[in-house]
Amino acid sequence: MYDIGIIGGGVVGTAIARGLSRYKLNIALFEKEEELAFGVSKSNSGIIHPGTQNSPTSLKGKLCLAGNRLIRKISKELGVDYKEVGELIVAFNQDELAKLNKLKRQAEILGVRGLKIVSPGWLKDNEPNLNSQAIAALYAPTAGIISPYRLAYDLAESALSNGVEFYTSTKVESIIKHGKDYFEVGTNKGVYKTKFLINAAGLFSDEVANLLGINDFSIKPRKGQEFILDKKKEYLANHLIFPLPTKISKGILIIKTSDGNPMIGPTAETARDKYDLSTSDQGLAKVFDSARRLIPSIKEEDTIAYFSGLRPVAGDDFIIRHEDKVGGLITVAGIQSPGLTAAPAIAILVCNLLKKNGLSLKKKLKFTSTRKKTTNLFALKPDQAKKLIKKEIGYGDIVCRCELVSAKEIRDSIRRGGRTMDGIKFRTRAGAGRCHGGFCTTRIMKILAKDLDKPLLEITKKGPGSEIIKGIRNND
Amino acid sequence: MIKRDLVVVGAGPAGMAAAISAYKAGVRDILLLEREQFLGGVLNQCIHTGFGIEYFKEVLTGPEYAGRFIKELKNLPEINLSLRSFVIKLNCDKVLTFLKPGQMEQVKAKAIIMATGCREKTREMVHIAGSRPSGIFSAGLAQKLINIEGVLPGREVVIVGSGDIGLIMARRFTLEGAQVKAIIEIKDRTSGLLRNVIQCVKDYDLPLLFNHKIKRIYGNQRVKKVSLAKVDKNYNEIKDSEFFIDCDTVLISTGLIPENELIEMADIKIKSEDDLNKTSLPGVFVCGNSYKVYDLVDSATKDSQEAGTMAAEYIRSLNA
Ligand SMILES: Cc1cc2nc3c(=O)[nH]c(=O)nc-3n(C[C@H](O)[C@H](O)[C@H](O)COP(=O)(O)OP(=O)(O)OC[C@H]3O[C@@H](n4cnc5c(N)ncnc54)[C@H](O)[C@@H]3O)c2cc1C
Ligand SMILES: Cc1cc2nc3c(=O)[nH]c(=O)nc-3n(C[C@H](O)[C@H](O)[C@H](O)COP(=O)(O)OP(=O)(O)OC[C@H]3O[C@@H](n4cnc5c(N)ncnc54)[C@H](O)[C@@H]3O)c2cc1C
Repeated sequence: MYDIGIIGGGVVGTAIARGLSRYKLNIALFEKEEELAFGVSKSNSGIIHPGTQNSPTSLKGKLCLAGNRLIRKISKELGVDYKEVGELIVAFNQDELAKLNKLKRQAEILGVRGLKIVSPGWLKDNEPNLNSQAIAALYAPTAGIISPYRLAYDLAESALSNGVEFYTSTKVESIIKHGKDYFEVGTNKGVYKTKFLINAAGLFSDEVANLLGINDFSIKPRKGQEFILDKKKEYLANHLIFPLPTKISKGILIIKTSDGNPMIGPTAETARDKYDLSTSDQGLAKVFDSARRLIPSIKEEDTIAYFSGLRPVAGDDFIIRHEDKVGGLITVAGIQSPGLTAAPAIAILVCNLLKKNGLSLKKKLKFTSTRKKTTNLFALKPDQAKKLIKKEIGYGDIVCRCELVSAKEIRDSIRRGGRTMDGIKFRTRAGAGRCHGGFCTTRIMKILAKDLDKPLLEITKKGPGSEIIKGIRNND
Repeated sequence: MIKRDLVVVGAGPAGMAAAISAYKAGVRDILLLEREQFLGGVLNQCIHTGFGIEYFKEVLTGPEYAGRFIKELKNLPEINLSLRSFVIKLNCDKVLTFLKPGQMEQVKAKAIIMATGCREKTREMVHIAGSRPSGIFSAGLAQKLINIEGVLPGREVVIVGSGDIGLIMARRFTLEGAQVKAIIEIKDRTSGLLRNVIQCVKDYDLPLLFNHKIKRIYGNQRVKKVSLAKVDKNYNEIKDSEFFIDCDTVLISTGLIPENELIEMADIKIKSEDDLNKTSLPGVFVCGNSYKVYDLVDSATKDSQEAGTMAAEYIRSLNA
């Protein structure tokens, strides 16, 4: 019997797992995909928002601000790279400037610090590639960037080291509530019992809620297409650059990413279904047109990758509540943007909701808050790298030519939970560079097969059904 | 730090030819760095014939062509070979940093020849819309999977682009029992050699569709189908011409790009085509597919030999 069952291993589920792992509790997390963070959390903009774009009275706004402050500490504890690069919301005319001032006042009411309106002169000095027609911008120094999947993986690893049990490839298919006492969670891998249950199932949180007769919200996926540019273009922008937000989205932005590649997007459009991660020619045109309004020198041929993400939208705000109808069930749904930013604050809110509804929270004597930072060879100083290579042969064995990822780093990422080509890519960046795996695919497949003791035929891109190869020659 | 007269980066046909010709022109202190375990570069995976017709006046396979240079190299002990040596940095003081399992080394050279080959354009560079399942390969990767790794990447294949690699892979897949459902070319003619059109497409009766473009890839986990459309002279889609082909694999064969990141990072520029193999930094040369994309290895070899002689001359001028 578990005290807590968490459904969903995205950034929200893993943040909750880690948050709760400081207490004396038996916790299980169920994730239907083969790896964590394969849902919404793998395809987003990776921005730690300062809180400039949400209404000060919304739950989103409050949790965004709180999350923004928490991330600084958490990223240090977990050894995840977090860079506070700051953001600019740009105005091109007096009308927009007026809106900018309004945005500033709103954000100040919410509690965002350090905001200022900057002049064209400031912009010219600090953001030289920005469209020179900008007349002002709202500068928010507390905006930052992080790798969303690495944050989720490292939250999970921290939770794991503090006793949380993770069940991947485990889809919750049925849930029965037994009296006041416990839930019986039926999955493809067996039945688990738990006293409390947290629904953090992202796009599918409505379907999970339905299993317990909760039908008052539904998730409408809203698609965002994003286009990643070559690292060589890192110089294009020094800050996150936004246009003025519209009613439904923050608009199409210039995003700095934690790996150095500029990214542009996202669109905001209705998706066909919850699996529709396609990109379109129209999306491409729209994103490049809009991005060029901000930075005119952006070129389509610098694109090295693109993807779509689906925002799990359930109305305007997040839905985070205890379900009084089904005691012990906490719903965490509609976690659209800024859900990545808010995740650590959502975890605290969920803790409080659990406490209020009868869970006794006793701190463990020993909670390990820190985690050894994952080694990234090329982020090290040359003499450090040299020493490491001497100590561990595998560091000198480069597998991915574009991102310079060594065999040792790939093996480490498998030891830490990497099971698929995408999982390895998210963790190490191997295959995420300009040649898109043309060079390293064969080698990574072989390392995965060897270390997981699986035949090559079973190596997948992102779980069952996405096997890379179809046969062994002369042998099928 | 190690010091050398000449360092050649890359031991494909270009790097080997350059090293050998530098030797013949008098350079005796040569280091040849290759990141793979083998010499020969991309030729190792080109098991088809068609190499050496100009240079050797013989029809050879890729490995046979490379083999001739490998043999010559091995007889020249003054050319120091270092395999599994991945160059990660070049700077304008002509210092190269390279990694080997267990080692990170720097070498300073009087002259450097970069012969790092090329990479293939990806689906992303040609902006094919749709989903992102498994089953999308660059043609060269598919070639490596079949010819080197001995695995079959797919069974029902649509090939995008009619360059030589695409055509050769159409035949290769067919020989492996896979079905090539279409080779799609947006232009009204192939960009590959005539002999490949005959030997790889016509001889096997494969559907080569001119004036067609791929519109979209479908399938969540694995490729399920693609949609295609006819285009006019200006490559604009002809209305109502869209149709679908079921397949599990899409090969991208839309061209190659010289691999020059090391030079770029050092802020060294490659000169124009009339200034063969030269760069903005005297003493640093580029040859083979990293200088420009060659259709025929024979011409890459010849031009790379020039690079070797140029490097030798440069070193001599320093000593004079
Ligand atoms: C294009 C785009 C850009 C964005 N940009 C930003 C940004 O810059 N900053 C920001 O703060 N936010 C951003 N967001 C929002 C952010 O990505 C999400 O709020 C966040 O990732 C949500 O995390 P999650 O854990 O709730 O969802 P998910 O990551 O989807 O996790 C839910 C998990 O539950 C699993 N699951 C579902 N059903 C079941 C079941 N029955 N059994 C077991 N497991 C199940 C899923 O497989 C999934 O892994 C963006 C979103 C999009 C789409
Ligand atoms: C699939 C394919 C089919 C072809 N078919 C034909 C044909 O039928 N007939 C024909 O005449 N020509 C053909 N060609 C063309 C011919 O093979 C090429 O022109 C020739 O191989 C180019 O030689 P290269 O030495 O410049 O490049 P490559 O052969 O690619 O060699 C580059 C070498 O540099 C190494 N290297 C790269 N970066 C580094 C680094 N940082 N550190 C250390 N080492 C590095 C690589 O490992 C590689 O060994 C074909 C080419 C391809 C790709």
